[in-house]
Amino acid sequence: MRKPKLTLANLYLIVIFLLLYMPILYLIYYSFNQAGTMNEFTGFTTEHYQSLASDTRLIRIALDTFRVALLSSLLATIIGTLGAIGIFFVRKRSRQQTLLGLNNVLLVSPDVIIGASFLLLFTMAGFRLGFYSVLFSHIAFSIPIVVLMVLPKLQEMNLNMVTAARDLGANNWEVLKSVIIPSIKPGILAGYFMAFTYSIDDFAVTFFVTGNGFATLSVEIYSRARQGINLEINALSTILFVLALGLVSGYYYVQQQQRNRKRKLTDVDPTNHQKAVSP
Amino acid sequence: MKSLIRLGLAIVGITGLLYLSSLFIERSQGAAGADTLNIFNWGDYIDPELLEQFEEETGYRLVYETFDSNESMYTKVQQGGTAYDLTIPSEYMIERMIEEDLVLPMDHSKIEGLENIDPEFLDLSFDPNNQYSIPYFWGTLGIVYNDKMVNEDEISSWSDLWDPRFREDILFIDGAREVIGIGLQTQGYSLNSKNDEELQASFDLLKGLAPNAKALVADEIKMYMIQEEAPVAVTFSGEAADMMWENESLHYILPKEGSNLWFDNMVIPKTSQNVEAAYAFINFMLRPEVAAQNADYIGYSTPNEAAMALLPEETTEDEQFYPSEETIERLEVYEDLGPIYIEKYNDLFLEFKMLR
Amino acid sequence: MITKQNRLLFFPYFIWVGLFVLVPIGLLIYQSFIGLDGGFTVANFVTYFTSTTYLTMTIQSFIYAFIITLITLCISYPTAYFLTQTKRKDLWMLLLILPTWINVLLKAYAFIGLLSQQGSVNTFFDWIGVGRQQLLFTNASFLLVATYIEIPFMLLPIYNAIEEINPSVVQASRDLGANTWETFRNVIFPLSLSGVRSGIQVVFIPSLSLFMLTRLIGGNRVITLGTAIEQHFLVTQNWGMGSTIGIVLIVLMIIIMAGTAGRKKGVRR
Repeated sequence: MRKPKLTLANLYLIVIFLLLYMPILYLIYYSFNQAGTMNEFTGFTTEHYQSLASDTRLIRIALDTFRVALLSSLLATIIGTLGAIGIFFVRKRSRQQTLLGLNNVLLVSPDVIIGASFLLLFTMAGFRLGFYSVLFSHIAFSIPIVVLMVLPKLQEMNLNMVTAARDLGANNWEVLKSVIIPSIKPGILAGYFMAFTYSIDDFAVTFFVTGNGFATLSVEIYSRARQGINLEINALSTILFVLALGLVSGYYYVQQQQRNRKRKLTDVDPTNHQKAVSP
Repeated sequence: MKSLIRLGLAIVGITGLLYLSSLFIERSQGAAGADTLNIFNWGDYIDPELLEQFEEETGYRLVYETFDSNESMYTKVQQGGTAYDLTIPSEYMIERMIEEDLVLPMDHSKIEGLENIDPEFLDLSFDPNNQYSIPYFWGTLGIVYNDKMVNEDEISSWSDLWDPRFREDILFIDGAREVIGIGLQTQGYSLNSKNDEELQASFDLLKGLAPNAKALVADEIKMYMIQEEAPVAVTFSGEAADMMWENESLHYILPKEGSNLWFDNMVIPKTSQNVEAAYAFINFMLRPEVAAQNADYIGYSTPNEAAMALLPEETTEDEQFYPSEETIERLEVYEDLGPIYIEKYNDLFLEFKMLR
Repeated sequence: MITKQNRLLFFPYFIWVGLFVLVPIGLLIYQSFIGLDGGFTVANFVTYFTSTTYLTMTIQSFIYAFIITLITLCISYPTAYFLTQTKRKDLWMLLLILPTWINVLLKAYAFIGLLSQQGSVNTFFDWIGVGRQQLLFTNASFLLVATYIEIPFMLLPIYNAIEEINPSVVQASRDLGANTWETFRNVIFPLSLSGVRSGIQVVFIPSLSLFMLTRLIGGNRVITLGTAIEQHFLVTQNWGMGSTIGIVLIVLMIIIMAGTAGRKKGVRR
């Protein structure tokens, strides 16, 4: 009975979908262009991929970007998860609210301010700008999102289990290991995922705190995009897009499998992170 | 719990692999453990072949990094967390770095080939007796136009930029001193003016120029002018040379009122860890054939007299890039303005950007 | 529940709160009172609140951010709603989120190519007879690219809010004789407002700091508070003024948050 409406809705979705993908497909299309510009397609070539392969600087920057993202989100997940457990078990309501408020400060600050204030911090502390300043900044701005992903899972957790485990003589560590962590696992995974996305996507903060020749892809592309059209960047976009597409389809496949076994897909769905808000 | 730990370890493992491959790439680039020389230079400001040649001849391994403005270079050097052995700032920044004790004095006994440099570029006011710096390139600020869209006789001075027919047509270099300088020079004031009335007067004049601005950018100008995105641009001589090489319709002129004359010199930052290598590089760049090859590649004007003899005559006789004495008289060199006036220039520039 | 043993585990988190939340804000406040000569002064604040340049810039930034948020909302709400009606909505959603994994700078770079005089959009305009237009470096193109980048971030919270609505409520509305439109207006829309609210926060805040877009797409003809902070910190070296603008921005942010605060809070930085 809703059929005619659905087609209109689908049309709208398709238009939005095309619009969102147009710039990316545009980059990919011209990455095979012989002419070396993004204006006119003169013939198919893979030479830009070859020159990308020999551009060791760009490859190293790509590797470094992933290294920072993987490592910072891992550490942020560990610290954030423990922090969320800590906040959850704070008895006093007002103190809990204060902690949550502090947690959310970085979430609501514009990137420029985070970057600027971290630059102040590193300068005052005499900290060397480079890999570690970028790594620490990424950990710092990823922690609050992990906390926000984990907290709702803690609230959903059956507290009787904790009590029962205690009654059976489990100590704190055992309770944490065998009761709490397993029940908030989806939140931890989603937190890691979000932290990783933030780190990969960040430009403004990194731009402020990087130095000594350390760069991430965003910073490098910012300086290269200003030097002119360079189809090597297009080739890189293509590779990154294919990589992301592979990850997403793999993720979707795993989710479908799990869904068949378990309950809802939305449990670990990173797109679900809006649900993971404060209590 | 176990699976999470396993996942964590896997991530650590991948991170390690990424680090190793990055190290491997770095090693395969140059001999491991060799003496390294850290150079911090402007983007696209040296012939990469020369870097290779230097590595082969001397055995030093080069770590080459770039910056996009004197200020960002200064921030990184002054912040202290860096270890560059050689950098190439412009004159007013060198003046400031000398004042703030950020550069090492040069030991002239270790420098060979300084006699190749035209004496006109030595012993300048920002660094008397070249105690701290050795000339690398020099150039001017000027106007580039595209003859398909603008006639030769339509543009010869800064004041021509105010012509209403250039509405939203001009690309400006994103620099406070350059743009405010246009206002100052059009009225005959000094580029280093520290007179509030003069500054205000130039700003009032610039208000009329704002509607003609298409964009205020930096490196992008090269790409946009080659692609014919805009008919007119205000940019540096070397950038112009690069564009003209790519697009024959482009021409560079030095405005009648005068313009900025600048020098980029090599200096050794105080944080240098390998001063010997820095001297080796300076001596290498002072060689006539190296300087000539570099100038030919980059397009900026070389201060190296011996190198000029090796360059094609059409280059060295081009009035726009190697202007006559008489033209040079009209050009002015920047001086360090001090923080208060730097801020005044910047505030006016910010206001200029906001105008429509 | 918190024992000494536990405290040790939470220690890193509290270190983080101290070192990366409290100290940076403290430093920002301290720095905002430092003048050009290095002395303690309120001159930065005086300059800010008496200069028409900064005040106009503040108003402009907020207008830009407001327009970006509004357009994004108008595009995203129907998308999110229609999405929840489709069959494979999870897959669709993932695919709509996918572009966020492609670096912002890469997308901005694509738009430089698309919008330039010789670019594809102008070639198309030329072909349909409209003629080439100046697209790059205009307000419109800045808004276009900013909106493009923010859409997925608005889409997410709204989608989730609609998804969370209990299907039995919708069913009840139908059973009571409401048609699709009435159900939407009286049931779905009010219940999805929390998502709209967090979407607005999640888009509005970053819209104030798109300094790379004001430069690459706006050609520095569009100046926002984010651009000014970046300039003061990295180009003109006037960290005092940069911090002052930062403090003002934080205070404005708090006011806005208080204004739009529902039960939910924003999630994106």
